[in-house]
Amino acid sequence: MDLITTRTLSKAFIEDILQKAQGYEKAARAKKNLTVLKGKTLATLFFEPSTRTQMSFQAAMLRLGGNFVGFSDPKSTSASKGETLADTIRVVEGYAHAIVMRHAVEGAPARAAELTDLPVINAGDGSNQHPSQALLDLFTLQQEKGKIDGLTVLLAGDLKYGRTVHSLMYALSHYDVDIQLFSPPSLKMPESIVNDVKERVSVKEVTDFGDADVVYATRVQRERFADAEEYQRSLYTIDEAMLSKIKSDAIILHPLPRVKEIAPEVDLDSRAKYFQQSFYGVPTRMAILETLIGASND
Amino acid sequence: MIDPKESAYLKAKKIETGTVIDHVPKGMALKVLRVLGIEDDFPGTVTVLMNVPSSHYGFKDIIKIEGRLLAKKEIAKMALMAPAATVNTIQNFTVVDKYVVQVPSVLEGVVMCPNPTCITRSEGTPRLLVENASPVRLRCAYCEKVYGDKDITY
Ligand SMILES: [Zn+2]
Repeated sequence: MDLITTRTLSKAFIEDILQKAQGYEKAARAKKNLTVLKGKTLATLFFEPSTRTQMSFQAAMLRLGGNFVGFSDPKSTSASKGETLADTIRVVEGYAHAIVMRHAVEGAPARAAELTDLPVINAGDGSNQHPSQALLDLFTLQQEKGKIDGLTVLLAGDLKYGRTVHSLMYALSHYDVDIQLFSPPSLKMPESIVNDVKERVSVKEVTDFGDADVVYATRVQRERFADAEEYQRSLYTIDEAMLSKIKSDAIILHPLPRVKEIAPEVDLDSRAKYFQQSFYGVPTRMAILETLIGASND
Repeated sequence: MIDPKESAYLKAKKIETGTVIDHVPKGMALKVLRVLGIEDDFPGTVTVLMNVPSSHYGFKDIIKIEGRLLAKKEIAKMALMAPAATVNTIQNFTVVDKYVVQVPSVLEGVVMCPNPTCITRSEGTPRLLVENASPVRLRCAYCEKVYGDKDITY
């Protein structure tokens, strides 16, 4: 079993992960190592560096009693010397029980999953998907809001290229939620994704944060704009002035790292939950690793 | 039963060996030929009948290709633009095989994924899932991007 995309996940799978994550939260908080995956090795192949996501998976593996090998600097790997993904996977297969992979090329994890019987987890492929992030986002809603059904979730920032929001759209579509989209005109959510979910969930574009129970902020990156002025116009910042226009019981999330979307003063506000969210990555990834590695025979 | 109006066209030019593609949607004949790679350097005679009255479709196109049989893969490629076509294999002036084109559920190695940053651009075989035949909606099995008829280059 692999975790490549949230688009095809069943609600039963999602609910199972959330339930298991709940069970692992205590161990994760206590930084206590269990023995669930004792003797198992996780390969973390980060063809595109991301210390945060990689460390979260590594911490999750350690908490389950397993260990890890891997790289995060593509320049130091044979991939930079022209080795195909197929060859890299065949080599890694020799010493790991599961593979976590981040790649700039869309579909690389899906291809890796076809090349090996080991479980493959997509930790981000280009602008496509980042499914473990979406699962930890749902877990954050469950823990911080006590429920997912009934929430109005606003996604802000770069919705066109943002893989976390793509994954989250599909994951949320299994629940009774209202999705609101807030983005610069040139960075709107792809129509195909809206079409995929709109029969199950309401999706609308909004221009303010006033109705949201959850504000999910993402980065707007300079390199997405040819024009410096358009980039400046497209930026948004959640600061103290903006906070007064957000519901008092709302929560503010961000997949991190943030740049200017959330001002530092917001960290002190009780609605700021992005560091909590980051922590929830560990129990959620413990649940994912246990489910996938536990189900495989290797 | 062949409509008498149609039979005049069908008689127009019999071929000895080759392929007759019938029930091509009106206006698609030249596109189909391009997909099949049949251009002016093709050695045989190619007859294209356009705007032929059809009892089923109002109007249709018919293509007759002398001296060329079609492979299954070519038919799959054509299926996207002519989903209801019939491919008749002709030998000795008679139809020896009749194949009704069906849009496959998966196009494996038939067309390229249009996304320049898709893994299939550098390795592996492109695989596009046919989510809808008409209008065409394809989804790359790898990068998950969705495409319509206009996005695909054949
Ligand atoms: Zn693709």
